[in-house]
Amino acid sequence: MTGPATLQPAFAWSRIWREEKSRGVAIQIMTVLIFFLTVAWLIGNVTANFAALDKTFGFKFLWQLPANYDINQVLIDYNSQNSHLRAALVGLINTFLVAIVGIVLATILGFTVGTLRLSGNWLVARLAYIYIEAIRNVPVLLHILLWHGIIINTLPHPRRAINMGDASFLSNRGLYIPRPLVEDGFGWVVIAFAAALIGAILYHKRARRIQIDTGRHVHSIWIGLAIVAGVTLLAFLAAGSPIGLELPALRGFNFRGGINLLPEFVALTWALSIYTSAFIAENVRGGILAVNKGQTEAAQSLGLRPGKVLSLVVLPQALRVIIPPLTSQYLNLTKNSSLAIAIGYMDLVATLGGITLNQTGREMESMMLVMLVYLIISLLISSFMNWYNNRVRLVER
Amino acid sequence: MKAKILSILGAAVAMAMAVSASAGTLDDVRKRGHLQCGVNTGLPGFAAPDDKGVWRGFDIDYCRAVAAAVFGDASKLKFTHLTGKTRFTALRSGEVDLLSRNTTWTFSRDVDLQLTFVGVNYYDGQGFMIPKKLGVNSAKKLDGASICIQTGTTTELNLADFFRSNGMKYQPVPIETNAEARTNYLAERCDVYTTDASGLAATRAALDKPDEHMVLPEIVSKEPLGPLVRHGDDQWADIARWTLNAMVAAEEMGITSKNAKAMAKGTKNPEINRLLGKEKLQGREALGLSADWALNVISQVGNYGEVFEANLGPKTALGIPRGNNAQWRNGGLLYAPPFR
Repeated sequence: MTGPATLQPAFAWSRIWREEKSRGVAIQIMTVLIFFLTVAWLIGNVTANFAALDKTFGFKFLWQLPANYDINQVLIDYNSQNSHLRAALVGLINTFLVAIVGIVLATILGFTVGTLRLSGNWLVARLAYIYIEAIRNVPVLLHILLWHGIIINTLPHPRRAINMGDASFLSNRGLYIPRPLVEDGFGWVVIAFAAALIGAILYHKRARRIQIDTGRHVHSIWIGLAIVAGVTLLAFLAAGSPIGLELPALRGFNFRGGINLLPEFVALTWALSIYTSAFIAENVRGGILAVNKGQTEAAQSLGLRPGKVLSLVVLPQALRVIIPPLTSQYLNLTKNSSLAIAIGYMDLVATLGGITLNQTGREMESMMLVMLVYLIISLLISSFMNWYNNRVRLVER
Repeated sequence: MKAKILSILGAAVAMAMAVSASAGTLDDVRKRGHLQCGVNTGLPGFAAPDDKGVWRGFDIDYCRAVAAAVFGDASKLKFTHLTGKTRFTALRSGEVDLLSRNTTWTFSRDVDLQLTFVGVNYYDGQGFMIPKKLGVNSAKKLDGASICIQTGTTTELNLADFFRSNGMKYQPVPIETNAEARTNYLAERCDVYTTDASGLAATRAALDKPDEHMVLPEIVSKEPLGPLVRHGDDQWADIARWTLNAMVAAEEMGITSKNAKAMAKGTKNPEINRLLGKEKLQGREALGLSADWALNVISQVGNYGEVFEANLGPKTALGIPRGNNAQWRNGGLLYAPPFR
């Protein structure tokens, strides 16, 4: 700067406030200060109360104490002599199970209902409308309690279970299905399956290249599926059917053997799925409506059939609009799964945030861990969906 | 602006100070004007609303006794209804002054959870209830059963131990409250409901057809139930402990709600006189209670035997015999230390 030197007036504190730039900085400094003071106060308060209660803070209880309680749905080895950490892990896996199955179901249901909502058929569109409005305007906890009540009250006792071909049984203790048991030679089937899958993918890529080069459409999806299914089946038979089935059978009070889908799991997953599907349906409808009608008409005038119009022209453009709100629905479903506690499904909140918290008296540590885990799960889902969103984003040139 | 922020900060600091500095529980209760008592969410005989919506029961009467000791008025009392899981947090955080919620006295609750059990007012044990039509007559034959349990209780842990030590398997159905357990049990979601034998008697009595259900003979644990307070306030713990002792001692000495006022005028038995305030009970002032505290407890609530008969005894729907809960002279375990 080579301007004429200005006279510096005596420094005054009030200047900081009068000048816009310095005022901005001052406000920011104060905000940060207040934030840290609040955090410090919270921590201080907790510390003071811990001291007053003569409690210590630490996570050693997680692996030093045996859990001493049993869990009814266990996907990894667990018994009551394992640590609280192991019990929490069992709960976490149960949470994951509900979240993943729920997200898949809710997406399928939501996309179906959302497209039906736009159907030209008046009755179908109205039914979809009623489904959406009736379901999303009732609190999700009531959905969960309703479905649990229906399952345990209307389905029969195991002794009068509904028999499905002597292999599966439906009762108010849940659905029992056969458990596949892997026998010798199953490795060959897996190898054959993998090889067929790679072959099918290569075939699909070649079909794409032919279509791009020549414009000739080569069917690849169905042929690919046929290759995978056929080769796997042949290998399966050649290896001498190396899968045994462990059938559930009524012994004493309950069915033993097989895989048991607990009523609590079914009720929770189903209730969360239909509740979330109503919201997803609205997102899908919004996304499809956001695609200019001219696009559909142009595609139709090119001679594409309705299914192709939807899958090749409308959906790829609609997805950009659908995915961001879809992400928050997935997050909602995952977080709502913590309502499991209402019907006694043993998820993370029921194990670590429930029984462990209660039996060890470590409220602070347990709740902090539960919250942290939910935060991590949510961030993982968000980052995956952001990655996917970037992939389907329109590439603007 | 700055002044405002400073005043907000000042208020925050003042709040922090207020949280960390707490006076004695007795002073807090007196200042508030009522006792805040943690009780069950509903267990007939122990804590349940009657047909007028008034909460009654064995645990409720103990709360009334402490209110009578502190205020001279058994009605200066409010309830907080707590599940098995929320009870200890509520007590430790100061939400309730006292927990009277059929709670088992165990080592880790006393030591690790830092609670002070002030005595045992009901000697119980864990049992199993099952529909008669299942034809099971012993808990050792429950292999493979689905069992409803209240989470956050000792029964949950005893159950795991019992089945492990007998080499049996079971499917736990975790339940939050007694009412939910009942729903699941009646819907046959579980074959068996397990909790303290007294709780089973209470639940069974409230069923539509109690005769179709039976309590199995095995009692698989010791469950000494009693009221409890937080660690760290011995004066308050003493008030709770000696209120219970006064009720037990009153039964032993033959003081009832009907004759208490007459006996307070003076008897030949010096211990009765000390208890009812006619003669000096050394140290009573240190407890912060008036001379007629025990008289108020007994005349307004009753002695232990009266409270038991009114809520749990053979004349009630529960029909529980005194058994272990009889006075030591009658072959039971009740034994109050002397008032001297």
